[in-house]
Amino acid sequence: MLLALRDVRKSFKTEEGPVNVLKGVSLQLDAGQPLALTGESGSGKSTLLHLIAGLDTPDSGEIRFDGDDIARLDDPQLAALRRGRIGLVFQQFNLIPSLTVAQNLAFHARLAGRLDRDWTAHLTDRLGLSACLHRYPEQLSGGQQQRVAIGRTLAVRPDLILADEPTGNLDEDTGDTVIELMLQLVADVRAGFILVTHSIRLAGLLERRLHLTHGRLQ
Amino acid sequence: MISAGFCALLSHWRARPLQLATVIVGLALATGLWTGVQAINSEARSSYSRAAAVLGQNTLERLEAADGRPIAADRFVDLRRAGWLVSPVVEGSLRLEQERVRVIGIDVFTLPQGAAPLGLSGNDDIAAFTSGDGLILAHPETAAALADSGLALRGSLRVTPGDLMADIATAWTMLERQDVDYFLLAPRQPAGLAPLAQIAPDLKRVAPDPQGDVARLADSFHLNLTAFGLLSFAVGLFIVHATVGLAFEQRRAMIRTLRALGLPNRTVILLLLVETLLLALVAGLLGVALGYGIAALLLPDVAATLAGLYGASVPGSLTLRPDWMLTGLAIAFAGALIAVGQGIWRIARMPLLAPAQPRAWAMANLKTSRWSTLAALVLLPAALITAWLGSGLWAGFATLGALLLGTALLLPALLIAILTLGARNARSAMAEWVWADMRQQVPSLSLALMALMLALAANVGVGTMVSSFRDTFTGWLDQRLASELYVSADNEVQAEAMRAFLAGRADAVLPIRETEIEIGGLPVSLYGIVDHATYRDNWPLLQSAENVWDRVAAGDGALINEQLFRRGGHELGERLTLSPGWSQEIVGVYSDYGNPSGQMIVSHDALMGFFPDIAKLRHAVRVAPEEARALTEALTGEFGLAPGNILNQADVKRFSLDVFDRTFLVTGALNTLTLGIAGFAILANLLTLSSMRLSQLAPVWAVGTTRVTLARLEMLRTLALAALTFLVALPVGLVLAWVLLAIVNVEAFGWRLPMFVYPGQWLRLLVLALVAAGLAAAIPVWRLARTRPARFLKVFAHER
Repeated sequence: MLLALRDVRKSFKTEEGPVNVLKGVSLQLDAGQPLALTGESGSGKSTLLHLIAGLDTPDSGEIRFDGDDIARLDDPQLAALRRGRIGLVFQQFNLIPSLTVAQNLAFHARLAGRLDRDWTAHLTDRLGLSACLHRYPEQLSGGQQQRVAIGRTLAVRPDLILADEPTGNLDEDTGDTVIELMLQLVADVRAGFILVTHSIRLAGLLERRLHLTHGRLQ
Repeated sequence: MISAGFCALLSHWRARPLQLATVIVGLALATGLWTGVQAINSEARSSYSRAAAVLGQNTLERLEAADGRPIAADRFVDLRRAGWLVSPVVEGSLRLEQERVRVIGIDVFTLPQGAAPLGLSGNDDIAAFTSGDGLILAHPETAAALADSGLALRGSLRVTPGDLMADIATAWTMLERQDVDYFLLAPRQPAGLAPLAQIAPDLKRVAPDPQGDVARLADSFHLNLTAFGLLSFAVGLFIVHATVGLAFEQRRAMIRTLRALGLPNRTVILLLLVETLLLALVAGLLGVALGYGIAALLLPDVAATLAGLYGASVPGSLTLRPDWMLTGLAIAFAGALIAVGQGIWRIARMPLLAPAQPRAWAMANLKTSRWSTLAALVLLPAALITAWLGSGLWAGFATLGALLLGTALLLPALLIAILTLGARNARSAMAEWVWADMRQQVPSLSLALMALMLALAANVGVGTMVSSFRDTFTGWLDQRLASELYVSADNEVQAEAMRAFLAGRADAVLPIRETEIEIGGLPVSLYGIVDHATYRDNWPLLQSAENVWDRVAAGDGALINEQLFRRGGHELGERLTLSPGWSQEIVGVYSDYGNPSGQMIVSHDALMGFFPDIAKLRHAVRVAPEEARALTEALTGEFGLAPGNILNQADVKRFSLDVFDRTFLVTGALNTLTLGIAGFAILANLLTLSSMRLSQLAPVWAVGTTRVTLARLEMLRTLALAALTFLVALPVGLVLAWVLLAIVNVEAFGWRLPMFVYPGQWLRLLVLALVAAGLAAAIPVWRLARTRPARFLKVFAHER
């Protein structure tokens, strides 16, 4: 079992009082298994993804990654987890603006100390980025930026990839191209994959689907 | 509509109190230093004009003896009998209660209009002034210092500090004299008088001096201060410009909305201008108050400097004057308008549907920095050309201005080049990111870094100049003050007895004879010396002809000081006329630091041959150093000499170095304040950028870097940028020192100094720059290290 969540709860304080975003979420994911997580805006999809990535901590419940309880890890251990084993793809790409495309692609893998130049070159080729390696993110289109973000994550060959609305900022055609490419590459690295999306159509591309509504999985 | 729009614009500051504080403090600091310098200058200049106006020197002609000697008192009667409306004046200095004062004796009954003093009101005052009671008028500070002297003093703000204004009879008693130094000539004389050339051929008419010697001499000192004030103002303005620029960029969305809701663009701009003026008013008032504090703190040292360097009397306390207060407010308004000019221009040209771009400000800075580099490439050669071809003090300052501004404008491009080089050689991903990120930050931080570079370059430059000067000055004092004791007799009888007394006790008694002459219309002190090893071995000659000392001893040549040499444009071998029928060839030039006037040295015998009546009162005494104290006591015991009549070499050196140190205390204080402002500029910039930084750091945090590591790297980045800025500032500072020593000093003071380098000072300054940058970065870095993950997550959420 790569990932196991048991009765995970999370609330946020607001001026109107606490808002319970996750109200006891439990799920399991095996290594190499893809999962689509759908839900309306504000249903808690991104919060759940942040908790799994160790970017935030749950109020209660347990998140085990490869048997380790994430809540018990300290800041450096969580950072190490994100560096080497969990990859993140955001809607807004979150590339590093000061680095070129080539540097962005290699950045995460180099940080993790496992840069495989052949694999990165293969990814560059597959993602169609060979012609823009020396450009900076601001000089790329949205689709190109998202492909760089995907390449950056895949270059590490993480055990789990978390993608938060990765096509949310792209038009439908570009989004479809990007997601198909992503699914192929994720299968190549045999990583676990959670795709957060509000698109039922995109979710339909994955075998396993869960729907989050009002903080609970259905 | 207008008030609603104005409230909306102002609400930006309510939401960002730190940004508001930065703008106000930045502008207040800039205004404060400028106003402080202006207040000091204004106080000093007011003193000079008071001094120049004493007894109508600035408006009235006077009659002086052609040979510069005192005039017999009965000449007054002769001139009045001949119908000339003249009034006698006697001047002399005295030491009272450890204070050296100038006593000016006048005759109030014959004093011409325009020279009327002085705070005497009514017949009772005049009676007291002229009676045996001897009422004496003095500046309140002088009166307070002499409170225990037993003199009948009355405070008057119309008397220059350090002066005592008395009836001529009272002055004669105090000075133990019975003669007159000059006569004041009434502006309107009766018609048909016999010409002065006929009835008093030994007296010459001297034209009034509207500015006064001191004002002229001290002009360069005040110009230096003004230049420093301007530099500080420019550094402060960088802060305001950077912060206001960001504030304008952050309000683009709001302004777009206001315009979409029907507020005309012209009204928006007008409201922004009103807002700017309000901010300037608040900052200006704070700045003026700050300037008053700075000036009040520094004025005593400036007063001591002006007294030591130029003999100028400036009170040590500050008067609130409308001129510098209004100038301070005006400069705050001007500074604020300069700072917002670019922002308002952009808003004026912004299309209604322009998108809000959080990074646009940085991108605009990048664009500006390209223009800055081009401007720098024009300014730096211009500095070189001005230094090469220009002459005069203004050329010196133009060189400095072009050099400093040019390098400041070139700084971002230089830093980017260095950081690109660093990124190319980075081995790890993190190092690569750090270099690249630092490079990307340069445009946003460039204004603060420019401010830091200017402050550091000024520190290196002025520090090198002052230390070079001090080392040269100390060595020069050792040479120049070779004699162990300097003794003055009260009269010639006593001097004769003193020489006899010293004959068996001292190794040598060297007479010092002096008179005043004019060369090229400028006053020159002419000294006569005897031929002695004291001079041959020690005198600090800068240039000399062959056998210089033999020729001086033979009365065949003269030495002149550097000031006279440079100002007069003289050359070795040139003949100068010292008095009718007596000329001398220049055979040597000597350094004479701290003396604003021209000076000349000839053989003692030659001088006494042409000026036989020179008082023979002063002597330099050579004696074994360990016997100097005993000889001092013996002389004091034997002749009852006042402490001022016998000076120990060590005391004179200590006094001279003290004057020197106080001279540059003000410069040092302004230097430190400028560096402090630059530190604040970095703090302000980092604080305003910290919110923008979060979105740049969040992706790196998300891919597995701890907050503590990010915070450490952030600190490292700031320190590295400060260190790199220092590296650029160092050569600029050294060129600045060279310009100060080789151009500005020569023009301002008439002497050129050798330049030394002080690596220890650089190291100290580097540490200081790192501390300033580290302190500035401490708050943002501390905040970053403690940033809750939720705030990083908001970055991702906000962008949705």
